[in-house]
Amino acid sequence: MLQTSLLTKTFANGTTLRFPDWKVARGEQWLLLGESGSGKTTLLHLLGGLLRPASGRVTVNGTDLYALPSRTLDRFRGRHIGIVFQQPHLIRSMTVEENLLLAQSFAGIGKDVVRIREVLNALDMDHKRRAYPQELSQGQAQRVGIARALVNRPALLLADEPTSSLDNRNADAVIRLLSDLAASQGSTLIISTHDDRVKEAFFRDFMFELHHERISDQLEKS
Amino acid sequence: MNAFQISWKNLKANRLTLVLNLLLIAFGTGMLAMLLLGMNQVGERLRDNARGVDLVVGAKGSPLQLILSSIYLIDFPTGNISEEDAHSLSAHPMVKKAVPLALGDNYAGFRIVGTDTGYVSLYGLELEAGHFWVKPFEIVIGAEVARAQGLKAGDRIYGSHGLTSDEDLHDDHPYVITGVLKKKGNIADNLVLTSLESVWEMHGTDGAREITSMLLQYRSRMAMVALPAMINRSTAMQAASPAKESARLFALIGVGVDAVRWFAVALMLLAGVSVFVSLYNSLRERVYDLAVMRVMGASREAIFAMIMLEGTLLTTLGSLAGILLGHVALHAIGHWQGSPQARMDGLYFLPEEAWLLAAGLLIGLVAALLPAIQAYRTDISETMSKI
Repeated sequence: MLQTSLLTKTFANGTTLRFPDWKVARGEQWLLLGESGSGKTTLLHLLGGLLRPASGRVTVNGTDLYALPSRTLDRFRGRHIGIVFQQPHLIRSMTVEENLLLAQSFAGIGKDVVRIREVLNALDMDHKRRAYPQELSQGQAQRVGIARALVNRPALLLADEPTSSLDNRNADAVIRLLSDLAASQGSTLIISTHDDRVKEAFFRDFMFELHHERISDQLEKS
Repeated sequence: MNAFQISWKNLKANRLTLVLNLLLIAFGTGMLAMLLLGMNQVGERLRDNARGVDLVVGAKGSPLQLILSSIYLIDFPTGNISEEDAHSLSAHPMVKKAVPLALGDNYAGFRIVGTDTGYVSLYGLELEAGHFWVKPFEIVIGAEVARAQGLKAGDRIYGSHGLTSDEDLHDDHPYVITGVLKKKGNIADNLVLTSLESVWEMHGTDGAREITSMLLQYRSRMAMVALPAMINRSTAMQAASPAKESARLFALIGVGVDAVRWFAVALMLLAGVSVFVSLYNSLRERVYDLAVMRVMGASREAIFAMIMLEGTLLTTLGSLAGILLGHVALHAIGHWQGSPQARMDGLYFLPEEAWLLAAGLLIGLVAALLPAIQAYRTDISETMSKI
């Protein structure tokens, strides 16, 4: 359901990253590993339709992301791709429930309060649905961030270092939740991390490792 | 969740900034609204009350003062003229109609005007109740006088000497109210009308009778030039044209009004700058909010529209509040105003007020444009990689 081919990204300073081709089947759960600076976040943004590649293709559910006009790509991302970031970045002027409502309306999906309650319940956050983000703890906020990524039942769920700002207990819980929830609703899951706690907790499926030397032509350039 | 709700929530998140911007815009718009409404009302009153009067003749002195005292009944009269002179002038072939006025007394601050039925027909006055005066010391009162003092036909009142105070009561001669006028929205609402004889008898003039002034209508356009010149040159009286003096008065007030107007415009521009700075600053805090909204599926155009909506929502609400403020302030001024003859009314609406609203909208659009472009350009990937 996810396929990349000949992906490259050139940065403003002239550096070009070349990514190995990658094929992910529906419902699979992957870890994207690599040291910081190896291009994990860049690759994840390419997969999520957030960053246009210099060349190559990203196909999600049979749709070539970067062949879409930008507005259609935005809509596609909202509807089919859920992204969990290192920091949850909830909208501060809105309650937990309104944050999720916003995700539904930007994706062009009608208001569905039942679904919001369902997701919040699954993350044990339903009791906080009227709370504002500043009233939540780090771990709670991160769980709302996950709820927001999941609320539209995305086909593809991407998580970028979701545990780096959490303590051990919360990190463990967050990984377990991501994995369980993705599995229960049939989302394909990719977690990028360099966190050993995640590697240990994440016992199944596949790993995709980026090696700095292999994907960067930095040396060739200079 | 629709665009209005999102923008409003964003605005509400920064309450102090919201209030500051609303206040700035509301004050600027409020001052402009007040000026617009006030000047329009004053102009309308001036024109309305001078309608049908081509020339005012009175004792020599300031022509503006003569107009103010005889038509608008706000200033003191220039003095008296003899009834004989006035009478001979009213018989002049160029004069179509002449209405004599005898001022000097008031009742609770409302002027008592001795005149004849010419005044009634000049202003097209009609009775709400009762009948016009027949005998001396019978009076007809304006609608506002009746309302403010709780008077009706058949009541008796005492006038006092002078134009404003209620000292020096003429307690030897009560007036009898024989009629109450219908509300006309002009000067007559605030007057007590009676016959010339009442005024003369009240002041016990023996010998030469005097009046304060006389309102004239020309018989032909020819008189416009010839009559004032004749009166000013060959009589002891002066002639003043209401149109000319009103224009002069407006020009005098105009300087002050212009200053206030520019101040209000400056305030509006300042409000625009404040809205711009607020939006621009809030973007720095909200850069993640915007990026996250893009991740959730909002297009660049949607983000642009959202910021524009925030700006215009803010200034339009401010303008609305300002227009309301202008009406309330004007009404308050009218309420506490000393002279009832030119009372301001806050429940007076003009189509031009829509322009103030449009100006508010425009300021919002202009102030939000740069921040909106900035927001439009937000790069999701770059923002989200910064953690």
